Amino acid sequence: MRAFLGGGVAAVLVAGALLAPSAARAEVAPVAMMLAGAPSSATDPTPVQLDVDVYIPEVTPAPAVVLAHGFGGSKEGAAEQAQLLVEAGYVVLAYTARGFGESTGLISMNAPDYEVADASALVDYLASLASVTVESPGDPVVGVAGGSYGGALALMLAGYDDRIDAVAADITWNDLETSLFAQSAVDGVQPGVLKSLWTSLFFSSGLGLEPGQPVSECGRFTPQWCAAYVEAVTKGVVSAEAADLMARSSPRSITDRITAPVLLGAGQADSLFPLTQANANAEQIVNAPVKVVWHAGGHDGGIAETDRLLALTRAWFDQHLRAGPTVSDAFEVSLVEASALSDRDPGTVEVLSAPSYPGIFGDGTTQMPLAAPPQQVLAPAGGAPAAITSLPGAGGLARLAGDLLAVPLPGQTAGFFTESLASPMRIVGATRARLTVSSDREVTDAVLFASLRVVSANGRQALPQGLVAAVRIPDLGPEPVTIEVVLPGIVTEAAAGDRLALVVATTDQGYRMPPGPAVYTVAADGPLILPTLQGTTEAAGTPVWVWPLGAVIITVLIWIAVALLRPRDRSGEARPELLTVPLATRDLAKEFTGGLKAVDGVTFEVPPGVVLGLLGPNGAGKTTTMRMAMGLIRPTGGDTWIFGEQVRPGSAVLARVGSFIEGPGFLPHLTGRQNLDLFWRASGREDGDPHLDEVLEIAGLGSAIDRKVRTYSQGMRQRLGIAQAMLGLPDLLVLDEPTNGLDPPQIREMRQVMHDYAASGRTVIVSSHLLSEVEQTCSHVVVMNHGHLIYSGTVDELLAGRSGLRLEDVFLELVGEGHRVDQ
Amino acid sequence: MSTVTSAPYAARRTLTVRTELVRQLRRRRTLVAFGLAVALPLIVVAAVKLGPQSRGFGDGDLDLVGLATAGPWNFTLTMLLFASGFLLTIIAAMFLGDTVASEASWSTMRYLLAAPVPRRRFLRAKMIVGLILTAITLLILVAVAFLIALVVFGSAPLTSPLGGSFDVATSWQRLAIVTGYIGIQLLIPAGIAFLMSVLTDVPLGAVGAAVIIVIVLNILDAIDALGDLRRFLPTDYGGAWADALGQQIAWGDMAIGASYALVTFAVLAAIAVLRFDRKDILS
Repeated sequence: MRAFLGGGVAAVLVAGALLAPSAARAEVAPVAMMLAGAPSSATDPTPVQLDVDVYIPEVTPAPAVVLAHGFGGSKEGAAEQAQLLVEAGYVVLAYTARGFGESTGLISMNAPDYEVADASALVDYLASLASVTVESPGDPVVGVAGGSYGGALALMLAGYDDRIDAVAADITWNDLETSLFAQSAVDGVQPGVLKSLWTSLFFSSGLGLEPGQPVSECGRFTPQWCAAYVEAVTKGVVSAEAADLMARSSPRSITDRITAPVLLGAGQADSLFPLTQANANAEQIVNAPVKVVWHAGGHDGGIAETDRLLALTRAWFDQHLRAGPTVSDAFEVSLVEASALSDRDPGTVEVLSAPSYPGIFGDGTTQMPLAAPPQQVLAPAGGAPAAITSLPGAGGLARLAGDLLAVPLPGQTAGFFTESLASPMRIVGATRARLTVSSDREVTDAVLFASLRVVSANGRQALPQGLVAAVRIPDLGPEPVTIEVVLPGIVTEAAAGDRLALVVATTDQGYRMPPGPAVYTVAADGPLILPTLQGTTEAAGTPVWVWPLGAVIITVLIWIAVALLRPRDRSGEARPELLTVPLATRDLAKEFTGGLKAVDGVTFEVPPGVVLGLLGPNGAGKTTTMRMAMGLIRPTGGDTWIFGEQVRPGSAVLARVGSFIEGPGFLPHLTGRQNLDLFWRASGREDGDPHLDEVLEIAGLGSAIDRKVRTYSQGMRQRLGIAQAMLGLPDLLVLDEPTNGLDPPQIREMRQVMHDYAASGRTVIVSSHLLSEVEQTCSHVVVMNHGHLIYSGTVDELLAGRSGLRLEDVFLELVGEGHRVDQ
Repeated sequence: MSTVTSAPYAARRTLTVRTELVRQLRRRRTLVAFGLAVALPLIVVAAVKLGPQSRGFGDGDLDLVGLATAGPWNFTLTMLLFASGFLLTIIAAMFLGDTVASEASWSTMRYLLAAPVPRRRFLRAKMIVGLILTAITLLILVAVAFLIALVVFGSAPLTSPLGGSFDVATSWQRLAIVTGYIGIQLLIPAGIAFLMSVLTDVPLGAVGAAVIIVIVLNILDAIDALGDLRRFLPTDYGGAWADALGQQIAWGDMAIGASYALVTFAVLAAIAVLRFDRKDILS
């Protein structure tokens, strides 16, 4: 029963370990269809055809979720999230926006009349489905979710369509113009500095260029957007029409109208739509609850917290679409703990949460003075060579770039440093600083890139997330201008001993720079104002302590299983009548794997106070019998008793037996004496008298006893082995071929030793193939052949009636004829 | 009826850890292992001081090596980085792989088990002593590296390759965490070797098999095509101790790595015990 229990525990453990990661789940297949959206354009009233996948959950009617994809993507990109939501019981509608994939129409960058109206048409469709819960006819219970391009759509739709009941928008813009034309100077001019690399990547992914296909200038963009782009890139200006286009496609235009609860995600690794954009959304949505999450991902790569964000989105919809458990409105910030050596694991994430969203400047500030005199920096002609701080579109490579390429270019960079930090500091949000700038000549356009760097004690500079703040100053001359700069929103930790640096550069590869050249003089004016955040941290996902706790529990369970699986031998059969019998066997049998029957049904008793010979040719089963008697081999049948106690591996009664089986065994690196001493200590009889002097005399090794066993001859080891067996003068001595390797005088001596030993009332069992030996030493014999017992009794009885014959002759007669002699 | 009584026997006093330690301590391989742990830091210091390139080391993935001569804590961590990959693995495999199999090959095991030392008690002593000797080797390496570096490179506290430096108390704390984590990771080769030791009577076979298995695991771990499957290899977390060198200790990977090592050892040792319980001792 216990063995069964133990086995059960072990089996459950193994099965659990094997099956845990592969919890299978059935996928819900979507229904694909083309649905009519809003009119194609102002002049063409034909509705665009939208490529739609609808996922219906098992239980309907259910609330619905509209999933919008990122720029350049399609409905397929939302499949994973759709599966998750449909399994959670939502009707999911994933669609490809106009101008992408199989959907028709032209890209209008989430314009209210086009993309947003398309999405409203899809909400109309959902309202018509019987499987969707409705609040009133035509008004379904519906949420909308998306990231980047889809995130902006989600916000825009919530602003324009009051049927939307919950929004989850991730890494998206508040104002398209300030996103694409960065201006980090407070109250600075617009447009700012064009993010030329990002904008071109954005634009080209909308062109729909394919190898072998005809190329076109505007691809699938509307002519208006195409013209605005070309104008911005070629001339660096934004026309009133373009500014109007961007304003209408910005959530900024409708944030005050949003009444549905918004889950607002922002990526810390995002130079396209930085934290400041999400911050603007959060601050402008005043008529609805907003939960802000600054996760570790973003357009620059970072660490994708996909699982956490999907779960959060689902929980958000659960709360707001079907009154599920309340999701705390707490502001959540991911703290990345990079694993140093691991090349595959970008880092683990811990989540810092604060009860409410404090804004981009933190819930508190620390001021740190900046030292360093005014510095001159060159804005090179043509804006090259340019510093590389991030690699738009390169995903994870950007992080690498942040580390490797953050090296400032000489002559183009000014640095202003704080003192070493006395204690570690966590910066959460955007740092503010004031700069005084002048130029050696009148320029219409001065562009600077300011960043906050952490400088370690060994001089290494880290540029958190590779983010820089672009500043554009119009009409700069020798007269100094003081500007306030909002540095990029970052989440980073600086160690004690590190310094912080405000670094001002004149170039950055990612931006459109003025043709130059010019030499600017830059000075820090006042301290750095660093944002801090009070909050509590908890690890995202599995808390760290779960692992060791689980390991300890599993280990304990394994050891319980092992303890239960301890061999429980059948309760030792008490045979009090054998109390004085040194050794008795009954039907003893051993069949080795492979079918060899080494011992087969052997029954004999050894009387006390005798020297008994165990005889038999090679392979008769003598040694196997002895090993079973010592608990070294488990019998496959029958039993052995020593002094009335059944023998099991490690039976305590074996302490009354001294054994010498199949040659001696010693630690070669120790002396003979050390070996005997350690064997005695290891045998659990330390309190007893080992009778060492008597035993050493028998061994007869003289001074060699203090030499290492490694140096001994075969005969010396043999004698030491017999001496070891006799340590403590056990009641039963089992000797297997003890005279091997001994010379004739020693053999004679050994015969006397055994005789004397038995004379003291103890018992000796000796196996030998030297029959004359046995005849001279033993009063009793057990004869075996082919695993069978042939004779058990006194030598005298064996020889009786066979006068003239010697033991050898009788033995050969017994063995040769192979018949069994009954006792 | 015998008129004499045998010496009093108590199973719980058979083959005590202390006795087993004495039996193992004087073995040449034990002394060789200790000697290697002493020699490695001395050789590296000699190479730095006397070698043709006196600029120190080149830089690695983790620029711990470049900082090796910064002070005793840095030097000790660098020695641990050098040794944890292979030397300590082999030593752990040797101490636990050779232990049972060598008793079998010397024929001493049958005498101990017939003495009788209960079989589980026998394995217990073997396992504990093997782990103690492995830990002693690790501590010798740390102590010798620290002392020689203290003499040669001065007493500057730990400078982290990940940026920043620590005060003395934190330096000790980080060194202790790294040493402890590396020690726990050694449970993996130790567990494999211990099981092998029970399965075979050939000491070298047990040690060799354990080392080969660890090498194969490391090779698998280096095959990018296996992707996240490698996460399930217990050896995947061997280098996670570097996470103890940041300003904040990143416990995540170390917690997983230590847990894997512990469970791996427990499973392998449990198999060894169950196998040994039922084994016919033929050696």
